[in-house]
Amino acid sequence: MTVAGSRKATVTLPSDTQILITREFDAPKELVWKAWTTPELVRRWWHANRGEMTACEIDLRVGGKWRYAMHAEGFGEVGFHGEYREIEPFERLVSTEAYEGIPDADAHAAVDTLTLTELDGRTLMTVLVEHPTKEGRDMHIESGMEDGMNDALDLAEGVAISLVR
Amino acid sequence: MARAATTADAFNAVAEPRRRQILDVLAGGERPVNDLVAHLGLAQPLVSKHLRVLREVGAVEVRGDGRRRLYRLNGAALKPIHDWVQGYEETWSERFEQLDVVLGELNEEEEGR
Repeated sequence: MTVAGSRKATVTLPSDTQILITREFDAPKELVWKAWTTPELVRRWWHANRGEMTACEIDLRVGGKWRYAMHAEGFGEVGFHGEYREIEPFERLVSTEAYEGIPDADAHAAVDTLTLTELDGRTLMTVLVEHPTKEGRDMHIESGMEDGMNDALDLAEGVAISLVR
Repeated sequence: MARAATTADAFNAVAEPRRRQILDVLAGGERPVNDLVAHLGLAQPLVSKHLRVLREVGAVEVRGDGRRRLYRLNGAALKPIHDWVQGYEETWSERFEQLDVVLGELNEEEEGR
């Protein structure tokens, strides 16, 4: 089943140091939570078709650690890790996220907040990525798999504006 | 001459809500600063400050027209941040498409119980 306009992730920049990702899913929040927090299931979607996951560790308790890594085609090994800060099953998950590809990764770790809101059997997901500093944010946006993937894009003046919003 | 904007510079420029408003207004065409002041309901020095940031990354250009200064949008300068958002969005979209498959299976398992 396809619901118009909901299949694509929406990315917005609410403030100087925040990135917000929004998406709707055709499943109750318990199942979205399960798919988000079970290593065998995360291994099946987190790779984003960019390669194969080489690590997927989840210790789901406050203070527990997580680590994801993958071998990305044409990019090499990328790893992320962090710690769980707040856990409200099926609704809210707060964790830190350090990108291992930058120096002093932990000092620049972002705080990610996942929220799941269910309505009529569908679940609205938001992931808010908050960087403690602009430097951390800059490193996030200047390194990573996304870099250089869209070199071919050439957009007319004005079009860029509507998409940046 | 504005220096070449990096992704981070452009991000700085557009991540501020007021600056995004200015870009929105300028997307509709060239404007004098007074128009922007009226649109945003902010004091002129504040609007000028935002315009300065936008000019620094080349997102906004200015020209003199008699005694007025007219500001206009330069979308090309925003391309780095647009590209980044686009790439980020694409990665997450592909991730979520895979997640849809996983959820489809979990849904079926639940119904089969």
